[in-house]
Amino acid sequence: MQNVSKGFAGVQALRDASLEVRAGEIMALMGENGAGKSTLLKILSGAHKQDNGTMLVAGNVQEFSSPDDAHAAGIRVIYQEPEVIPHVSVAENIYVGALPARGGLFSQRRVVECARAELARYGFDNAIDAETLGRDLSPAQRQLVEIMRALIGEVRIIAFDEPTSSLSDVEAERLFELIGTLRGAGVGIIYVSHRMPEVFRIADRVTVLRDGAVVQTREVSETTQEQLVGLMVGRDLSGIFHRQAHEPGDVVLAVEGLTTDDVEDCSFEVRGGEVIGLAGLVGAGRSELAHALIGDIPRQAGRILVDGTERRIANPGDAVKAGIGLVPEERKAQALLMHRSVRDNICLTVLRKLSVMRVVRQGSERALAQSFVRRLNIRTSSIENPVANLSGGNQQKVVLARWLSPKPRVLILDEPTRGVDVGAKAEIYDVVNELARDGMAIIVISSELPEILALSDRVLVMRAGRIVAEVPGREATEQSLVALAMDHEPVTTKELT
Amino acid sequence: MSSQVHIKRDTEGRQETPSSYAGVSRSWLRTALNAIGVQNLSLLFALALLVIVIGSQNPNFFLVSNLRTIGTAISIVGILAVMQTIIMLLGGLDISVGSAAGLTSVVSAMVFMTNQNAGVSILVALGVGVAAGLFNGLVIVYGRVNAVIATLATYAGFRGLANLISNGRAQGYTGTDPIYVFIARGSLFGVPVLIWILVCVAIFVHCLLRYTDIGRNIYAIGGNATAARLAGINLNRYIVVCYALMGLVAAIAGIMLTARTGSGQPTSGSQGLELQAITAAALGGVAMQGGKGTIAGTVIAVVVLGVLQNGLTILNVNSFWQDIAQGLLLVAAVIVQQRRRGVRAVGLP
Repeated sequence: MQNVSKGFAGVQALRDASLEVRAGEIMALMGENGAGKSTLLKILSGAHKQDNGTMLVAGNVQEFSSPDDAHAAGIRVIYQEPEVIPHVSVAENIYVGALPARGGLFSQRRVVECARAELARYGFDNAIDAETLGRDLSPAQRQLVEIMRALIGEVRIIAFDEPTSSLSDVEAERLFELIGTLRGAGVGIIYVSHRMPEVFRIADRVTVLRDGAVVQTREVSETTQEQLVGLMVGRDLSGIFHRQAHEPGDVVLAVEGLTTDDVEDCSFEVRGGEVIGLAGLVGAGRSELAHALIGDIPRQAGRILVDGTERRIANPGDAVKAGIGLVPEERKAQALLMHRSVRDNICLTVLRKLSVMRVVRQGSERALAQSFVRRLNIRTSSIENPVANLSGGNQQKVVLARWLSPKPRVLILDEPTRGVDVGAKAEIYDVVNELARDGMAIIVISSELPEILALSDRVLVMRAGRIVAEVPGREATEQSLVALAMDHEPVTTKELT
Repeated sequence: MSSQVHIKRDTEGRQETPSSYAGVSRSWLRTALNAIGVQNLSLLFALALLVIVIGSQNPNFFLVSNLRTIGTAISIVGILAVMQTIIMLLGGLDISVGSAAGLTSVVSAMVFMTNQNAGVSILVALGVGVAAGLFNGLVIVYGRVNAVIATLATYAGFRGLANLISNGRAQGYTGTDPIYVFIARGSLFGVPVLIWILVCVAIFVHCLLRYTDIGRNIYAIGGNATAARLAGINLNRYIVVCYALMGLVAAIAGIMLTARTGSGQPTSGSQGLELQAITAAALGGVAMQGGKGTIAGTVIAVVVLGVLQNGLTILNVNSFWQDIAQGLLLVAAVIVQQRRRGVRAVGLP
């Protein structure tokens, strides 16, 4: 009997979460985006170290200081995006880091033989050939390589992070069989998935995480889908952020049949003074839609109209001219010049307008930066302070200021409050509401449903690159949105598709 | 987590205090120090040390004629280093500048021999330089070729072309033409024209970077290319134009080379200029990752390198040692830079 229990008292990602996996059982782990599932897996795999709490494997306390330690203890985590070395064979990929060698020499033939034997043992010898090169593999085959790699050595626990997201139905079926085999062999399995039917099909028990804490662990046979959704969402934040109704004016942004590699046939309208929430799971195509709107991702089809005129938007520069601004998802990677000053960062999009004969008028530049520092209450020692010295919330306000300075007609906010403390969050909400009052058309993308509910007049739900539903803000609930995003039978909404 | 900590340390290390915010109460010394910057200060300190050591060994170092020698010697590498600074701020690198200078030197002399018109020969050489730079930029942007590889290829290509059209020999004679003579040996207000060219290029580029939206966008591109792109900056145009300008400056260097030697030189005099220019920029504090660096730093570093080279020569140090010293200096400069960034990675970057 192997018994794992873990407890942490991390900052926010994970709070006193305890989890127990028994040998020979499949434990499903569910929760919204950001509920702490990935953090938990990373601690399990030794990639992160917990701040508090202990981890026991087969009754012994384990301290993992690196992924190697976790590996040695028999723990494997298979992540969503398999890491496969493109230029070597499947066999070498499987044995990477543990190539069978004799006297320091390794034989290509022996590796391939070993790999073939292992593949045959688990019934995958038809699905994949040991001599294929990594780059020629399909997503499903990559997943297989990752799984085979995990099975080398003594294995006690395997965690799968959304393993079926890149698999076809047939391949997923294969995977379930394999997982069944592993369970039969006494391996403890943690199965992270957003897909309800899968969980009900294969799991023995299910643990629901919410806001970094374990809500409940239940026997799958004794629960229903509705109950699980309720557990995943089940918080009442309506008292904290009151939704403000806005007064929508004329249509400012109209999108017709927008199609890219990741987004299919998206059409919608946003009125002036209206806030549209864009909900959906990570990978549903929300950010891709935003980037397509500003011309950062090539468009295959579709038209974009601003104030009734079609605009040719082939790059983000065109979008700025057309009056569309995007506050991107990752402020450090996509927005901030960390070493440059607050002033520099705020004025980046309007430098040309502040210039006479291309010479930037530093007086007006400073005045502009100062006005935004005041208006958005950005806490900084001066406008010359490098943004790296600011807190996350104030950095986010700097990014917001950058996109407000060209006075756009349409503002897209992608995860506007990620990694921001509650106070700054409320301030950012206030700004959004104020902008809407001034007649701006606003699109908010967020994985935090309370945020969507607090801001939106209408909510568009995306799934697999399509807009699948439109819900009026006052009718939307977390339950209904989660259900729509996860392709689960809707509770109280009209479906558009 | 750890990267955040490093970033913080870095910015604390060299926080530039705002001139407008400094307030009146601050002493002029402090203001002066802030204007110069920590990195530049250590360079100036190194320069002072070099001058003292070399001067105490050989007092001839301080002769006006020797100072003029240093000045004219650094003028060619100086303009290349200044322009290389822009390229490196963008996050690129141009290894082909020495070869491009050699090519344009030969072109200027050969065109001059056909019509004896210095103006025409200079214009043609400048045109060839721009074309060479443009070629680099287009290959990098539209061929999606890494800048080091692309310019390494043209480093060989331009040199080959120069040798091909000149048969590998010095071309023509410009030593009697008044314009070329003026460039090579003329003076304005007692300062050699060659130095004036460096001063003009440096001031122009400095103002471009410091006071125009173009310069600020260049810093933005090097600092965070994704952010710059999303802010609507046309990265491709900036990169192509900057490489073309690099070619233009390489052509100016080539013309200065022709004037100084009195003939078109396919390789002699231009060989190794790229190494010196990159070393100077790195030593002057331009980050190899882009986004950080100043013209002031580069110019001081050019002077430091010039003094070092001159010192080693007048102290009769074997010239092969000078190459070794220069190589070591480049590595040392980048190591210092990486330390300041707080990079502690093990293994490959």
